[in-house]
Amino acid sequence: MSLLEARSLTRRFGSFTAVDGVDLTVDGGEIVGVLGANGAGKTTLMRMILGLLRPSSGTVLLFGRPPSRGTRRSIGYVPQGMGLYRDLTAAENLAFAAAAFGVPAGPPPPGTETGLVGRMPLGPQRRLAFAVARQHHPRLLVLDEPTSGVAPLTRVRLWDQIREQAAAGAAILVTTHYMDEARQADRLVLLAGGRVVGEGREQDIVGEATAVVVHTGDWSGAFAALEAAGLAASLAGREVRLPGAGPDEVRRTLAAAGVAADITSAPATLEEAMVLAGAGAGPGAAAVGGVPGAR
Amino acid sequence: MTWGVAGLAVWFGARCALEGIDLEVPEGQITAVVGGDGAGKSTLLRVMAGLVPPSRGAVRLPDRRQLGYLPTRAGGFGDLTVEENLEFVASAARLHRSTPRVDELLQRTGLASFRRRLARDLSGGMRQKLGVSLALLPSPRLLVLDEPTTGIDPVSRSDLWRLIAAAAAQGTAVLASSAYLDEAERAAWVLVLHEGRTLVAGPPAEVTGTLPGAVVEVDAPADPARAWRRGSRWREWRPEGDPAAVAPGLEDVVIVASLAAGAEGAG
Repeated sequence: MSLLEARSLTRRFGSFTAVDGVDLTVDGGEIVGVLGANGAGKTTLMRMILGLLRPSSGTVLLFGRPPSRGTRRSIGYVPQGMGLYRDLTAAENLAFAAAAFGVPAGPPPPGTETGLVGRMPLGPQRRLAFAVARQHHPRLLVLDEPTSGVAPLTRVRLWDQIREQAAAGAAILVTTHYMDEARQADRLVLLAGGRVVGEGREQDIVGEATAVVVHTGDWSGAFAALEAAGLAASLAGREVRLPGAGPDEVRRTLAAAGVAADITSAPATLEEAMVLAGAGAGPGAAAVGGVPGAR
Repeated sequence: MTWGVAGLAVWFGARCALEGIDLEVPEGQITAVVGGDGAGKSTLLRVMAGLVPPSRGAVRLPDRRQLGYLPTRAGGFGDLTVEENLEFVASAARLHRSTPRVDELLQRTGLASFRRRLARDLSGGMRQKLGVSLALLPSPRLLVLDEPTTGIDPVSRSDLWRLIAAAAAQGTAVLASSAYLDEAERAAWVLVLHEGRTLVAGPPAEVTGTLPGAVVEVDAPADPARAWRRGSRWREWRPEGDPAAVAPGLEDVVIVASLAAGAEGAG
C-alpha cells in the first residue's frame, strides 16, 4: 500500500508554477530520493506533503487520507538544520518531542548521553535528530539531507538506521543534493522546473544521457580551448568531461586549438544528468531519461 | 611550483588538530581534502592560507599577495553589492580599478546580471560564486577554498567547479575541501582526513587499488561490523580477500580504511 500518494500535485505562487502536476508515491518499506536543483520545486513539494502548504490543484493522501493533525502524528521529519534545541541535552530534546506527540521518550543514542547538543560533533547530532524523528513510530519519515557533512563511515551507519526503519515498514522520503546519498535510495525522482523529468534507479535517471570524455596529456590546454569555444567542460581527475556535448564538435574544437586528445563517449553520471535536466528546465523541457513526465 | 606541508602537526592547547600530514599542492591542478565534521579539513586549509602556524613540520606557501582564501560560508560583504565587493577586493589587492578581470569574472559566473544586488540578497549558489570570484580576482598562485560547494545545488555546484577548474587550467594551484567523496573525483589528488590524520591519499582513480583484501556485495552480511548498506544490498569488507570481489569505489576504500583504523562512530 502507498503510504504517501500525490496525484497531479500543483502549486502556483502568482503567475509562477513551483510544482507542476507531480505524481509521487512512496510505499511502506521503500526509500525514495527526490533530487533537483534549487528552484526545481523540492521544497514546495515537501511542504505540501507535510501539510504546511495547500496545493493549488491535485491531491496528497497520507495513509489514504488528506493531510491533517491526525496524519501529522504519523510523520517523522528531519529538516536540513536538524531542528534540535542546541541549548538542551539529548535527553531533554527527546523528552520535549515525545511530550508533543504524547509518547514515552526514547533513550539518547550512543555518543549523545552527556552535554548540550550544541557542543556535540555533527555525527552524534545527526543520530539524535533521527532518534527524535522516529520515537513516535511514524509511518512516513521525511528526511532533508539526513547525512550532510559527516564522515563516510558515519554516513553509512546512519543509512543502516534509516534502512532498519524501512525494513520495519516505514515509508521514507529523502531529499538530497548529493550523489553519495542518492545512491542509498531504492528509487529516485528527479525534479526540474516543478516537474518530474526522470524516475527510477540511477541508470534509469541517466537513461540515454552521455558525456564526451577527453583523454589527453594536456588537460589544461583542452579545458581552456573547450571553454573558449563556449562548451561546458568539467574536470574529472585529469580527464575533461562534457555532458550532453557532441563528440564531433569537441574533436573539431580541440583539433583547431592543436590539442592532441582521445575522445570517447560515456554514460553521463547521475550528477551530470541532473545538470542536463536543470539546464533544460522550464516549459517544454526535454526529459533526460527514465520515464519522462507522468507514469 | 608546488606548495604544501610536510610532517605537519597542529595543536590547539592540549588538543591535537592535525598530526603527520604530508600534502603537495602543485600549480595547475586541483587537490581535494575530504573528511567529516571535526576531521581537520578547515585547520589544514587555514594552515595553507597562512592563518594558523604549524606546531611542527614544514609549510611552503607563496607570498601572501599571491594567495587567495575562501573560508567556509563566506561570500563577500553582505551589505555591499556584487560590484562593490569586487571593487573593494580589487583596490585592497592594488589592482587597477577597471581591471578587465572584474568583467571576465562577472561574465563567467553569471553574476553580471546581479551587479547592483547586495551580496546578502543573492541565492546560496550565486553567493558562493561571488566568494570564489573574490578569491580569484588577484590571480593568486595558490587558491584555498574551504567547502566551496557545501549546501549548493548540483547545477550551481557544477558551475562553481568549472570556475575552479578554469583557474587550475590557467596554472593556479587549487586546494579545496569537501565533506563529500563524489566531489573529490574531480580532483587530481585527494587527501581523506579522519580525526586529524591521513586516512587515504592519492589520485582518486588510483587509491581504489590500495584497498586491503576485498569488498563483496551480498544480501546478508557475515559480519555486520564489517558491512554497510549500499541501497537495498550490503557491501562487506573481507580483509583476507575474496574471489567474488566487486570493483571498489572511492567511498568503499574510505569506509574500509575507517574500519581498519577503528574509526567507528566518530565524526
